[in-house]
Amino acid sequence: MNRINIIGAGLAGLSAAITLSENGALCNLISLQQSERAQSVLAEGGINGALNTMGEDDNVENHFNDTMKGGCFMADPNAVDGLTKNAPKVIRWLESLGVPFNTNDGEIILRNFGGQKKKRTAYARSSTGKIIMSAVIDEARKYEFSGNIIRYSHHEFVKLLIENNTCVGVRIKDTYTDKISDFKGIVILASGGLNGIFPGMTTGTTQNNGDVTATVFSQGVAFGNLEMLQYHPTTIGISGKRCLVTEAARGEGGRLYIERNGEKWYFMEEKYPELKNLMPRDVVAREMFFVRRDEKCGDTVYLDMTDLPEDIWKNKLSDLREEIIHYLAIDPKTEPIPVKEGIHYFMGGIDTDEYHCTNIKNLYAVGECTCQYHGANRLGGNSMLGAIYGGKVAAETIVSKLDKNSAFDDTIPEFTNITDEPLTDEASPVCIQEISDVLLSGLGIVRSERELIKSLELLNTLENKHEYNLREQNRITLAKAMLMSALQRKESRGAHYREDYPEKDEHFRKTAVAKIVNKNVVISYRELPERRANPNEN
Amino acid sequence: MKIKLDILRQENSTSEPYRQTVIFETEDINATVATALTEINNNPNIKDTEGNRVKPILWECSCLQKKCGACAMIINSKPQLACNAQLKDYAKKGTVTIEPLKKFPVVADLIVDRTIMRDNLTNMKIWFNSQTKADETVSDIMYESSRCLQCGCCLEVCPNFYVGSEFTGMAAAVPTARIISAVPEEQKKEIRTEYKKHIYNGCGKSLACRDVCPAGIDIDKLLVRSNAAAIWGRKIGGKKKK
Ligand SMILES: Cc1cc2nc3c(=O)[nH]c(=O)nc-3n(C[C@H](O)[C@H](O)[C@H](O)COP(=O)(O)OP(=O)(O)OC[C@H]3O[C@@H](n4cnc5c(N)ncnc54)[C@H](O)[C@@H]3O)c2cc1C
Ligand code: SF4
Ligand code: SF4
Ligand code: FES
Repeated sequence: MNRINIIGAGLAGLSAAITLSENGALCNLISLQQSERAQSVLAEGGINGALNTMGEDDNVENHFNDTMKGGCFMADPNAVDGLTKNAPKVIRWLESLGVPFNTNDGEIILRNFGGQKKKRTAYARSSTGKIIMSAVIDEARKYEFSGNIIRYSHHEFVKLLIENNTCVGVRIKDTYTDKISDFKGIVILASGGLNGIFPGMTTGTTQNNGDVTATVFSQGVAFGNLEMLQYHPTTIGISGKRCLVTEAARGEGGRLYIERNGEKWYFMEEKYPELKNLMPRDVVAREMFFVRRDEKCGDTVYLDMTDLPEDIWKNKLSDLREEIIHYLAIDPKTEPIPVKEGIHYFMGGIDTDEYHCTNIKNLYAVGECTCQYHGANRLGGNSMLGAIYGGKVAAETIVSKLDKNSAFDDTIPEFTNITDEPLTDEASPVCIQEISDVLLSGLGIVRSERELIKSLELLNTLENKHEYNLREQNRITLAKAMLMSALQRKESRGAHYREDYPEKDEHFRKTAVAKIVNKNVVISYRELPERRANPNEN
Repeated sequence: MKIKLDILRQENSTSEPYRQTVIFETEDINATVATALTEINNNPNIKDTEGNRVKPILWECSCLQKKCGACAMIINSKPQLACNAQLKDYAKKGTVTIEPLKKFPVVADLIVDRTIMRDNLTNMKIWFNSQTKADETVSDIMYESSRCLQCGCCLEVCPNFYVGSEFTGMAAAVPTARIISAVPEEQKKEIRTEYKKHIYNGCGKSLACRDVCPAGIDIDKLLVRSNAAAIWGRKIGGKKKK
């Protein structure tokens, strides 16, 4: 039996590696850069779980309901059932690894987070992801020492090795030497979101360059709900990316406005007198889009925090203020800052069942690279949870199927220069940008058939413009699947808003599955399962 | 803004290093060294000051907001994060020199192999043997010691650290402080021995490391606390918050 190969060493990959190790299985943990560089360290706000420590009578069923509702009932209810039931356990596990969550009298404090009716989000000041990662990295280290986990931390995914619809291994490249090796065995993909498809437009890392997803899509792996991109309304443009301005900025009293006829128009307050600037992320982002498009208005939306009291700046938003001064050279205490929407999370991704199996045998997918748990929209604080829990479920699924009588073969694969096919070049920055421009024109916050068809035509023109290398072709194919998924969903649901079909249509409450069939992208719809009466306790 | 970048380059781990100078122009007053490297690499037509083509400059980055430690390099003689080094700070002088960290083996251009940092932590057994909890007396210190980026800037300036030295430097002392703070009883002796051998005995306490840490980690405080617990056997934290 071969070691299990995990591609990606963020929270999802680490969680899978630790669970495999706890069960005596051996794995290779492969990532482009070491875990400290993974996007997981950027998470700020927190992680959800119905610990019910705030005297609000919260329970896992409430968490289930909020998650399903947030995702517009597009998530697999049995998977979400497992996620929400196990969330308190996940947080207690992190606590037992020494994560210093904010506490009161020794008990974890939970905070409010968008889309949830109860306080349910545990946090460690303003760097929850980083602090959790440090603890989880230490836990994995224990198994690196014991040899259960072997790290390959400057290694790039090249392609899956697939025979007869079964994954038999993965080809990886040592980026320090350019040598390659074929690692045999089961593969778990944990390669994060599709940031690299939209350079400069996401709040995440440049490291998740999208190559893994684009490659496996072209190799026949099925994807789900690719049209579901979450835009965060308040991000600032810094060099090379969009930097998140936390929701707390509005929570503490920040106000959005745009110039209209030479005056400040606080449009959210006028349009939504009840919740004002604190409407859900997708509504805010959409309204920002509409007012910018309005001829009477300017083309920049500002976030005005100049009226916030001194103690809030000092005690709650000091990091944010420092960051904005550093990157924009504007002091938000005295001057409004220009904000724009940025892509923040990819709900869509590799299609898996509730056990994290893909359509290819012996291939699993976990974390942000999958379409699991979040349906049409993700609740803040549910993605770290999904990454950790999903990694655990995939590992447990694999362990349950292992042949207990056969031992792990522990020969370390060699890296060589010899291959049956030459390594493909990286996609060129020019080509990446061109594809991104086409995608953004179709997959913005507000979409329509006209724009989507135009984008698909542009993509066709681009495709025929000149010869592309394999990675570029794969990107074009994935881009096509994203646009087609958005075109065919003739309704508005969650993060997908169609101006020409502004209402929900029950007929479309299905997973949009994208796949390559005879070299063509095909989109089909799969019914969602019913929630089982007694979902598996695990 | 127009600025001259003087970059120390190296094709691969065994080839000779050479310098290449590129003029970088930008409208963005907040541009960083990371911006410059990205834009130069995105421009296939760019030439150096001698009219030669500039092959893609190899460097590592990930978060672009000083939270992941990937882009540490030497900029104007100081180890720091490229995504944090704003060009306007050097504009007056007109030139920025960019070099890879020198304590580590160069892989290519600005990429160095920092694997030794992880190996040190593994050899020192930096983990909890059994379940623990960050109670309120140590929660501050566990938070602070969880913030280390593993960037290596501290090791670059440390007079006592080199690849292979028994002394593992501040990049190991910080994560070790996390373990020492909440170490289960049965693991105490072991972690104290490791701390003494690999950190306490080798550290000259000049705190050169503190001045370059891009995360601004309160290294002073962590050292005092770890020494108190690991060397003098005192309870860490001690004072209750309220
Ligand atoms: C600014 C920001 C704030 C956030 N805040 C929160 C929050 O408060 N709460 C919350 O729950 N979520 C939050 N999120 C989302 C959350 O951080 C992510 O969804 C989650 O961490 C994803 O974990 P992951 O393990 O799936 O992927 P990642 O952590 O992205 O890890 C991906 C791994 O794949 C590897 N990889 C990628 N490409 C390749 C390749 N080609 N070859 C080899 N390896 C590769 C990388 O090296 C990396 O190790 C936030 C995200 C951002 C950007
Ligand atoms: S105090 Fe001095 S000797 Fe000790 S780690 Fe820092 S730089 Fe090195
Ligand atoms: S202590 Fe500071 S300088 Fe040293 S590795 Fe950690 S973050 Fe970098
Ligand atoms: S790219 Fe992450 S610290 Fe610079």
